[in-house]
Amino acid sequence: MRSRSVASPGSRWLSAYAALVYAFLYLPIVVLAVYSFNAGGVGGFPPRNLTLSWYRLLFQDDAIWSTLLNSFIVALVAVAISIILGLMAALALDRVNFPGKALFRRIVLLPLILPGIITGLSLLMLFVAAGMKLSLVTITLGHGTALISVATTEIFAGLQKLDRAQEEASLDLGANQLTTFWRITLPNLRVSLIAAALLIFTLSLDEIAVSFFLIGRNNTLPLEIWSRLRRGITPEINAISTVILLFSIILILVWYRLRTHGENIDENAAALPTAIQGDRA
Amino acid sequence: MNSLLSIRNVAKKFQNREVLRGISLDVASGEFLTILGESGSGKTTLLRLIAGFEQPDSGEIWMADERLDTLPPHRRHVNTVFQSYALFPHLSVFENIAYGLRVQHVAKAEIPSRVEQALAMVKMAEFEHSAPSRLSGGQQQRVALARALVNRPQVLLLDEPLSALDANLRRQMQIELKLLQREVGITFIFVTHDQEEAMALSDRIALLRAGDLEQVASPREIYVRPATAYTAKFIGQTNLLRAQVSGGVATASGISWRIAGTSSESGAATFSLRPECIRLLGQFAPGVRMADGGPVRFRAQIKTQTFGGATDLLEVALSDESSLRVRIPSHGSLQGEAEFEFAAADAVSVRESEPN
Amino acid sequence: MYTRAYKATVAIPPLLWVTIFLLIPYAILFCYSFWQVSPLQVIVHAWTFDNYRELVRNPIYLQVLFRSMRIAGAVTILALLLGYPLAYFLSFCATRRKDLFYQLVIIPLWVSYLVRGYAWKTILGSDGVLNGFLQYLHITSHPVEFFLYSPFAVILTLTHIYTPFTFLPIFASLEHVPRNLVEASQDLGASPFRTFWRVVFPLSLPGVLAGATFAFVLTLGDFLAPLLVGGPSGIMISNIVVSLFGAAYNWPLGAAISFGMLVLVVTLLFLVERVEKKLSFS
Repeated sequence: MRSRSVASPGSRWLSAYAALVYAFLYLPIVVLAVYSFNAGGVGGFPPRNLTLSWYRLLFQDDAIWSTLLNSFIVALVAVAISIILGLMAALALDRVNFPGKALFRRIVLLPLILPGIITGLSLLMLFVAAGMKLSLVTITLGHGTALISVATTEIFAGLQKLDRAQEEASLDLGANQLTTFWRITLPNLRVSLIAAALLIFTLSLDEIAVSFFLIGRNNTLPLEIWSRLRRGITPEINAISTVILLFSIILILVWYRLRTHGENIDENAAALPTAIQGDRA
Repeated sequence: MNSLLSIRNVAKKFQNREVLRGISLDVASGEFLTILGESGSGKTTLLRLIAGFEQPDSGEIWMADERLDTLPPHRRHVNTVFQSYALFPHLSVFENIAYGLRVQHVAKAEIPSRVEQALAMVKMAEFEHSAPSRLSGGQQQRVALARALVNRPQVLLLDEPLSALDANLRRQMQIELKLLQREVGITFIFVTHDQEEAMALSDRIALLRAGDLEQVASPREIYVRPATAYTAKFIGQTNLLRAQVSGGVATASGISWRIAGTSSESGAATFSLRPECIRLLGQFAPGVRMADGGPVRFRAQIKTQTFGGATDLLEVALSDESSLRVRIPSHGSLQGEAEFEFAAADAVSVRESEPN
Repeated sequence: MYTRAYKATVAIPPLLWVTIFLLIPYAILFCYSFWQVSPLQVIVHAWTFDNYRELVRNPIYLQVLFRSMRIAGAVTILALLLGYPLAYFLSFCATRRKDLFYQLVIIPLWVSYLVRGYAWKTILGSDGVLNGFLQYLHITSHPVEFFLYSPFAVILTLTHIYTPFTFLPIFASLEHVPRNLVEASQDLGASPFRTFWRVVFPLSLPGVLAGATFAFVLTLGDFLAPLLVGGPSGIMISNIVVSLFGAAYNWPLGAAISFGMLVLVVTLLFLVERVEKKLSFS
C-alpha cells in the first residue's frame, strides 16, 4: 500500500531504458522470424504475402540436412572431449598444487576470451605440421579444445559449492577415492555438468571462427550457411535461422530448468568473470 | 514522559504473515530502550520501520511532533548500527565515518575533527586509515557505532550489534555501550534476543512476542512483577504454579498460600515464583522473620543438584510429581526429602497470554 | 585428503591436452611468423624479422589495426551503456521477475551469431527493413546507402552481439553488492542517486572491467561482422589475417599479425588483472 522500493525516483526512466535495450536485442530476431514467412523475401516493409514456401524449400534441401548431421556429431563429440577434460581441469585447479598451476589456469581459460581466429589458426598450423588432413575430425578437435574453458569454468563453480565434508565422510566410511568420486563428487556436480554440456553443445553448433580454418571436405551447418550467404541472399536462410532460433530456445529452457534446480542465477554469470580474474576463482 | 519517538498502532504484514500487530510504544528522550524478543517476534521489523527500510501497513510513527514514517530513510534523523556492521569495503575507516557528514554537506573544515572525535569516543583513533576488511569483528562494530553517532542523530538504532562477538568481548562492549549512551545522552533503541543483555543495559525493556508487546517496564519491574507467564519464563528463570483460587487462598500441587489483598475471585490462576525466592529450611538464622503473615512451607524430594558457583540449582519433586526449581546459596551435597519455604507475596499472579 | 594417484589422474590429461593443442600450436604460430613465403607459394623456414617489419612499415596494416581498435572501443562503450543500466535494472528494480528478465537477456546470446549478423544485413540493406520502414513513414524518399557496408553497420551489429557479454559480469557484480550497504548509505543520509554513485557503482567496477575486456578483445578479433555488413570500408584486422591464409596466401605474415594479436590480448588481460586487484576490496 504505502511501500516504496529502494530505488524509486529514476526507476521509471530506468524501466523505459531497459525496455529499449530489450527491443534492440530482439529486433533482428523478430525481423528474421517474421520475414521467414514473407513471400517477397527479405525486402520491403511491411511484409506481405505470408507463405510457408521457404520452409518447404528448407525441408527439401539435402545439403542442409547432411551438414546439420555433421554439426550434430561434431557437437556431441566436442561435448564429450570438453566435459571430460574440463572436469579434470576443474578438479586439478580446485585440489592439486603443481608448479605452473597459475600458468595452466590462464592457458586453459584463454580460448574463452581470445578471438576464435587465433585458436583456429594455431590449430591449423599444428595439423599441417603433423601432416593431418583437414576434416570433421580436425574441426571436432578444435571445438573440443576451444570449449574446455567453458566446461572448466562451469564445473569449477559447481565444485566451490560442493561440501568437502561429504567426501571426507565417504572416505571415513571406507570408500576409496574412486568410489568417492563416482558416488559423491559426480552426483553433486550433476547440474554443472549438464549445464556445461548444453552450453557447449549449443556453442559448438554455432561455432564458426575456429571451424573456418579447420574445415575439410565436409561442412558444418554454420559454414554451409556461410558459403550460401557469400553467394547471395536467399530467404531460405531466414527459415533456417528461425528453426535454429526455436531449437536454441528449447535448449535454453531445458538448461534453465536444470540451472534453477537449487542454484542462484548469478552463479553462471559469476563464473565467467571470476575465471578471468584468476586467483579469486 | 518526555516522549521523543511515538509509535502509534503500527502493523506490518509480510506475505500474509502478521509480523507486527498494532504496536504502540512511546520512547523517552535520552533513554536506553531495549526491544527484546525471540526470533520471529518482529523486533527487527520494528527497528527497520523506525529506520525507514520498511513501511507500516497501518499506524503512524512520530518523532518530536513530526510525522516520521512518511519520510524516506535518508531524510530521517535516525541512524542505524547494523548487525553485520555494513561498513563500506571500498572506503577507509575515516571515510566510512565521514560518509554521513559528506553526503549531508557538513562544512569540509569541520569533518576531520568530528571524525576524530567519534573515533576517540569508541577508542579506535589509531585505526583511522585502515581498511575495514583488516579489522576484527569487535573493531568493525566500533567503527559502525562511530559512523552512526558522528551524525548526532536524535535516535540511534542498534540491531543486535553484539551478537557476533564472543562472550567476554560482549560483556565488555555492553559496559562501554552503556557508558557511551550516558555520555552522549542520545536515545538508544537496542534490539536483542538476549534477556540478560537487555536487563544489563536498559532503562526500559519492551518485550515483544509474535508481533505483540507483552510488557514494557524497567528491568527490575519486569523481573519482579512480570505481567504474563511468558514474560516470567522469558526473563530469568521461574516456576509457574497453576493454582486454584478460592476464598483468598491459592492451592497448587498440594501447597496453599494466602494471596495478597481481599479477592473474591475463584477459579484457576497462574503464579510465577522465582527459584531464588524458595529457601531451604535451616539455611538462615532462626531469628529472621519472613514479612507478611509467615512463610509458606512445603516438603519436597530433591531430584537433582546443579553446582553453579555461588549458588546451587535444585530440582525438587512435589507430592503430585510436579517439579519446582529452587536456587539456594551453595551447599554441600543434598539428597532425600527436605523442607522449603517461600513468602506468599513472592508468588506473583500472572496472566496467561493468548497462544498464537 | 587426495592421493597422489588421484591428483595425477586429474592433472595430467588436461595438462597434456593443453600442451599439445594450445601451447604447441601457439609456439608453431610464433615460429611461422619468422618464416617467409617464396614466390612459388611455398613456406620457407628463413627465420627473419621481415614480417614484423612489414607490419610496421606498410601503413595499411596499422591503419586497419587502428580502425579495428576504434571500432572495438566504440562497441565496448556502447555495449557498456546498454548493458550497465540493464544490469542495474534487473538487480535493483526488477525484484519479482528477475529470473525471467535474466533469461530474456541470455536468449539472444544463444541464437547463432551468423544468424544475427545476417539479420542486421537484411535490416540495414538498401532494400531492407529499416529503409523500407523509413520510406513507408515518408521520413526518407530513397534508400540510405550508409546503413549497410560501413563501419557503422559493423559497430551496430557487434554492439548487438556483445551487449549480453557486458551485461553478464556487471549483473554478477551488482548482485554481489550487499544490500545492507545500500541501506547503510541511505541511513547515513545519501539519496538513492548518491548511494548509487558512491557505493554501488564503485563496487560494481570489477564487473564493468570484465565486461569491457570481453567486448573489446572479442570485437577486435572479429572477422564475421565485417564480412557480412562491413563492406570495403569496414574491414578489420582479422579479415586481413583471413585473406592471408586464403587467397593472398602469406601464412607467415598472417601468423605475425595473429601472434601480435595474441600478445596484445595477453598483455591487456595482464593489465586488467592488475587493475582488478587494486579495485577489489574484500
